[in-house]
Amino acid sequence: MSETAQFFDLPITFTRQPEHVFPAWEAEADEAALEEFCIAAHRAGRRLVALWGCDKRDRQPDVPARGFALHVALDLAEGLACLTLPMDACAPRFPDLAPIFPSAGRLQRAVRDMIGAEPVSSEYPTDLRPWLRHANWPADYFPLRHDTPDASFPAQNETYGFVRVDGDGVHEVAVGPIHAGVIEPGHFRFSAMGERVLRLEERLGWKHKGIERRFVGMALAEGARLAGRVSGDTTVAYAWAYSQAAEAIAGVTPPARAIWLRALLLERERIANHLGDLGGMANDVAFSFGLMQFSRLKEDWLRLNARLFGHRYLMDRIVPGGIAIDLSASGAAELIEQCDTIQREVRALKAIYDEHAGLQDRFLTTGHLAPERARQLGTIGLVGRASDQHWDLRVDHPCAPYDELETRVATHANGDVAARALVRFAELNESLHLIRKILSGMPSGDIRCDVRSAPERRGFGWIEGWRGDVLVMVETGLDGKIRRCHCHDPSWHNWIALEHAAIDNIVPDFPVINKSFNLSYAGPDL
Amino acid sequence: MNLHALFAQLLELLLALLLAPVLVGWINQCRAWLQNRSAPPLLQPWYTLNKLFRKEVRLADNASSLFRAAPYIVFSCMALAAAVVPTLSTELIFSPAADAIALVGLFSLARVFIALAGMDVGTAFGTMGSRREMLIGFLAEPALLMVFFTASLISRSTSLATIVQTLAHSEFVIYPSLAFAGIAFVMVLLAENARVPVDNPSTHLELTMIHEAMILEYSGRHLALFEWASSLKLFAYSCLGIALFFPFGIPESSGFLALFTAGGTMLLKLIGGGFGLALIETLSAKMRVFRAPEYLGTAFLFAVLAMLVHLLLETGA
Repeated sequence: MSETAQFFDLPITFTRQPEHVFPAWEAEADEAALEEFCIAAHRAGRRLVALWGCDKRDRQPDVPARGFALHVALDLAEGLACLTLPMDACAPRFPDLAPIFPSAGRLQRAVRDMIGAEPVSSEYPTDLRPWLRHANWPADYFPLRHDTPDASFPAQNETYGFVRVDGDGVHEVAVGPIHAGVIEPGHFRFSAMGERVLRLEERLGWKHKGIERRFVGMALAEGARLAGRVSGDTTVAYAWAYSQAAEAIAGVTPPARAIWLRALLLERERIANHLGDLGGMANDVAFSFGLMQFSRLKEDWLRLNARLFGHRYLMDRIVPGGIAIDLSASGAAELIEQCDTIQREVRALKAIYDEHAGLQDRFLTTGHLAPERARQLGTIGLVGRASDQHWDLRVDHPCAPYDELETRVATHANGDVAARALVRFAELNESLHLIRKILSGMPSGDIRCDVRSAPERRGFGWIEGWRGDVLVMVETGLDGKIRRCHCHDPSWHNWIALEHAAIDNIVPDFPVINKSFNLSYAGPDL
Repeated sequence: MNLHALFAQLLELLLALLLAPVLVGWINQCRAWLQNRSAPPLLQPWYTLNKLFRKEVRLADNASSLFRAAPYIVFSCMALAAAVVPTLSTELIFSPAADAIALVGLFSLARVFIALAGMDVGTAFGTMGSRREMLIGFLAEPALLMVFFTASLISRSTSLATIVQTLAHSEFVIYPSLAFAGIAFVMVLLAENARVPVDNPSTHLELTMIHEAMILEYSGRHLALFEWASSLKLFAYSCLGIALFFPFGIPESSGFLALFTAGGTMLLKLIGGGFGLALIETLSAKMRVFRAPEYLGTAFLFAVLAMLVHLLLETGA
């Protein structure tokens, strides 16, 4: 008999999912109970991890009340709690959770676009504007329903209801999705008074690739490659999270050496991205010396990745059941040596950053996200930590090998661009430290085990990527192939924080604020 | 008017047109070296101009004739400005016609047209750029004028040729006032030519642009003319700096040999000046737009100080 528990003294009985390497709990709830549980979790200072919908009409065609399901994953002190709300087959609806968790708003709009289930609220107006659907397909075409055929539609224009700011002297500046440089597509609508930003509204979803639909019917092992391509700069975290989910479904535990090597790759990915961002932030205030130096360090870092692991960004190195490539003793020595070099050079560059008056003048107080605001918005990951939100899975729910590594979480209370730079510097140093620990404690043995898919199972993977926690949920069908795979990017939660961080800044400071967040455009748009 | 003056004038104009993009190429090379990376070719700006001149011009549907005329007007202004500054000889046919104040006027004329063109199509960026450019411009111009006034007070003339003659060819005197004026001038030069720390000529972030934002809608030969014009402006400013603060070596006569040596010394000075500019740009980050008034206010203050120093120390009873 598996372990059960109730949380917050509410009558929802959760069942522990023992195949997972972190504590994972599942339960079913009705609308009222779901809402009540979310309120209790919010009151206890916990947060929303992800929210997604599933089409279940083919499973129990004779029970229309269970035609669809909404899954809500929460981060509790006891682990990951996933609540399932059955929804009606004809008119799927669920309670609007945005008043409780602000970041739920866009997730709900995405659920509506993809599966056709509507958020409803009796108290508050519900935002029903499309989010991922850009008039590239009709409003009654739901890509993630099983009976939706593949189809192509002519591109159309649809007006999107941006919130208007009225007043004397207020004007709008619209930027993107096509920019003056070759950068990521995002549309930003500023309502500004002179140069001062009164309001910023984002419109994302220009990178829709249909990944979630593509997952359907894939073999379990094959899905890892696709999951690793959800967001290229976070490929290690996604591949690891997917592998955790696949291993939970198969009921296997990969060899210890593989797990330690995965952590090594994850920390290397974190460092590569932090090096790139620290350079990019300097470049956005026209201090190109910083960009050049950090780009050089990042390039060295990536080249060693390519030489030792066979891929610059470590794509497809983590596979369900273990890891694709082993590390030799001489390779480990090279990694240690590179850590020393990078640490020395980063220390010198940090001194330059710290003492550069012009740079600090641009960084300090810019893009301020107060800790209180970050808490209300549910800001997570690196951006959250720079605003005093201490979320880090490596410490909160450490899976192997992090349970032995004692990660020190870097936080800062200032919440401005400078704080985000400092947190990056601190995390970089901590990751270098972790890499040394991992290499000295690395067990020997196999690096891979067999993963056999099982029918009708659900598995979760939850990994602290460099932006924040990545959640992957995989469900298998009767044939053991993927029925539904949902990949959740941490950027979902932090994009709304960016809108708030830009307020009261001047328009030309937005690029450096955006760079200091460096959120994914592709990850939340599958 | 004599033949020598005509020849010197033509030669100077030709040199300016040819060398201006090379100066930009040189600055870019120095910047690259100072950042530890390998540099683009010296003639890269010329290759870019060549490319742009061959490209088709795309115009917005609602572009007016002002939008089409602006590149030519701005280019002519800058070419004329580069021709007016005495670099090879003080004996130029334009020298009696155009003095320091006319030069500032010429720069303003170009600014007005480029700002109008920026707003013409009605995009948010063009308007934003024009607005910021006018903010910079109306603060930079008085500072530049004050610099000229200091030099004019020393030479008792606003004619550039006379100023250079006085500074270069009368007996050697140290003017402390010119040191202050020099600082003010360099600050104005950086602001007026869209360089770091006021603007970033190499940025692709449209929200931060000043000069680039105004010409964002231009393409083909129009864009080429703007690029060429901004390199001419930088060239004219550099030559002005040389003429006012390092005029040694600019000959009074316009004999062929004198022109030749003058050309050589000018080249050396430009190489040094370009490197200095690249050094300043590498060492600084761009400041917030709203720091520009403080920055240009400081430039103005330095220029006023220069004048006071001149009046107090150098006029003597």
